Amino acid sequence: MPLLEVNNLEVCFGLRQGSVTALRDISFQLERGERLGIVGESGAGKSVLGFSIINLISRPGFINKGEVLFEGKNLAALKNKEMRTIRGNRIAMIFQDPMMTLNPVLTIGDQMVECLRAHRKISKQDARVISLQKLKQVYIPSPDTRLDQYPHELSGGMRQRIVIAIGLLLDPDLIIADEPTTALDVTIQAEIMELMVELCERNNVALILITHDLGVVSEVTQRTIVMYAGRVIEEGPTKEIINDAQHPYTQGLINALPQMALPGQRLNQIRGTMPGLNDLPSGCAFSPRCDYVLPACHEAIPALTKSGGCNVACHLVTEQNNLSEVNE
Amino acid sequence: MFAFLIRRLFQALVVMFVISIISFSIQDNLGDPLREMLGQSVSEEQRQAMRDEMGLNDPFLTQYGRFLGKAVQGDLGTSYFFKEPALDVILKKLPATLELVFGATLIIIVFSVPLGIYSAINPQSIFSKIIMGVSTIGISVPVFLTAIGLIYVFAIELGWMPAFGRGETFQITENLDTALLTADGLHHLILPSFTLASIMLPLFIRLIRSEMMEVLQSEYIKFAWAKGISPWRVYFLHAFKNTMLPVITVGGVQIGTMVAYTILTETVFQWPGMGFLFLEAVNRVDTPLIVAYLIVVGAIFVVTNTLVDLIYGFVNPTVKLTGK
Ligand SMILES: Nc1ncnc2c1ncn2[C@@H]1O[C@H](COP(=O)(O)OP(=O)(O)OP(=O)(O)O)[C@@H](O)[C@H]1O
Ligand SMILES: [Mg+2]
Repeated sequence: MPLLEVNNLEVCFGLRQGSVTALRDISFQLERGERLGIVGESGAGKSVLGFSIINLISRPGFINKGEVLFEGKNLAALKNKEMRTIRGNRIAMIFQDPMMTLNPVLTIGDQMVECLRAHRKISKQDARVISLQKLKQVYIPSPDTRLDQYPHELSGGMRQRIVIAIGLLLDPDLIIADEPTTALDVTIQAEIMELMVELCERNNVALILITHDLGVVSEVTQRTIVMYAGRVIEEGPTKEIINDAQHPYTQGLINALPQMALPGQRLNQIRGTMPGLNDLPSGCAFSPRCDYVLPACHEAIPALTKSGGCNVACHLVTEQNNLSEVNE
Repeated sequence: MFAFLIRRLFQALVVMFVISIISFSIQDNLGDPLREMLGQSVSEEQRQAMRDEMGLNDPFLTQYGRFLGKAVQGDLGTSYFFKEPALDVILKKLPATLELVFGATLIIIVFSVPLGIYSAINPQSIFSKIIMGVSTIGISVPVFLTAIGLIYVFAIELGWMPAFGRGETFQITENLDTALLTADGLHHLILPSFTLASIMLPLFIRLIRSEMMEVLQSEYIKFAWAKGISPWRVYFLHAFKNTMLPVITVGGVQIGTMVAYTILTETVFQWPGMGFLFLEAVNRVDTPLIVAYLIVVGAIFVVTNTLVDLIYGFVNPTVKLTGK
């Protein structure tokens, strides 16, 4: 049984103007200890997906359809009280901006101890000992003084280490990291990423890494999901996606990487912008920006179909595959 | 911390200096104290002699200098009407006013905190909408109307509450008494306290609600949820402690302002406090008493602001109290 199995997940936001669907028909699986990247432009629905896995979408959002099976248990249908025993315990989440993630008026120690004591019946003293141990694991300098400090006394990089330490407190099976390095200094980004990989590997923790950065994804993850306007448009082993992307959107993302541009050349941005959720074009949501549109693209939403080692949702790819099958 | 207190003391002196200048300059426009003291039947010569004797004909700066010289020694002049040191007269009435402010503050805290938190957590519930509706009405009803309404219902119709006065008081020292220590005194305190609270209570409920709603949107609250800790802890520790920061700042100023509103409340309820006395002093053109009142109120403002800053520094770890 996979550690996590998401089936046909649909998430909506009930707004005054009517409800919008932020995630449609999302399905994927994650094995124990596996590292999965989720990439896509801003607004693609990556964060919403991360939050819906731990069933923590803020009002007015709600899971409309589908299931999130974690060790076979459907989290989308769990009562709040049961869900709380999983959050922070079996599944931890790490946020983008460490400056905002820690409560400014509580000490680091308080924020660690409360998490431990919410899930285990242990004394404050024991909880402090474990907290200290985790701070050492994330290589915080002089860890014993940190417990009594407040977040504002620490640098951004240090705070993110603490957030990671909080994530590790209860030895979770899965960590969802939503752009964990975007808000940090470039020099520290690599350090933090390395730390996360090391810790996940050592403790056999699965990781869902949400990011804009295909470069990071290629270094860190084994599999990748590419999202566009609330849907999965390509999914497969990271190597294949990076080296041989099939969906024009994924190709566009890769060509836009700074490494891909020749010196002095402008970055190859994909033209146009992602449509808003309430004015999606008919057919494929990427069709207005795509260089290879077919008539079919304006008519039907392409389904995610197997192509090589990946799953791709693109009429062009399907058509090419059909042709090559006929030729054989 | 020490530097902070020194700085505050200095500020207090400046504030009181400014108040004394202002109140001293407006006294000429208040009316003629002699008419109140002597009546109409005294001849013009006698009046002038009296004015000379009291120093009222001296140039403004001379008068003010004389006042200031005595003021720094704690002498704010002698009340024309009571023939006693003005400061003593005021301070004797201070406990009654503070009781009222205390009662109203207590009511505000006891009601605004739970109601504000509740309506922030459940903004869509019917009860929250009722709270918001009633508080909108509460803001727009003038104090004297609230007072009259309360008196009519609870004192006259139902007969549960006394309509005026301070009731029996407990004598602590010769010059210091309090209504807080007798059952009758507390009974008398209820209606005036609610009246005084009625202005600020809706403001505080709304303030707490809006601040809390904002805090609940923040990343650290989302992170707290993601840690799987209990809702109780998220709301009352993580969110409430952050909500309190702006509320303390605004609230401190408002409690200072409440002292001003006591004038109205005390008058309607014949509550023998400073505000009631002040209004009488204005009617009698008892200038030293008026000036003394304004200075004492100024001092109360400075003290509450200092307390608020101390509490704020205590709750907010990112603030260090310094002399800067
Ligand atoms: N609270 C909300 N109310 C209404 N719509 C929302 C809300 N939160 C998210 N959405 C919708 O969901 C879409 C996806 O948002 P999400 O935050 O998941 O994007 P993202 O892929 O994480 O982008 P970014 O890279 O900028 O973080 C948004 O475009 C927005 O329309
Ligand atoms: Mg996001």
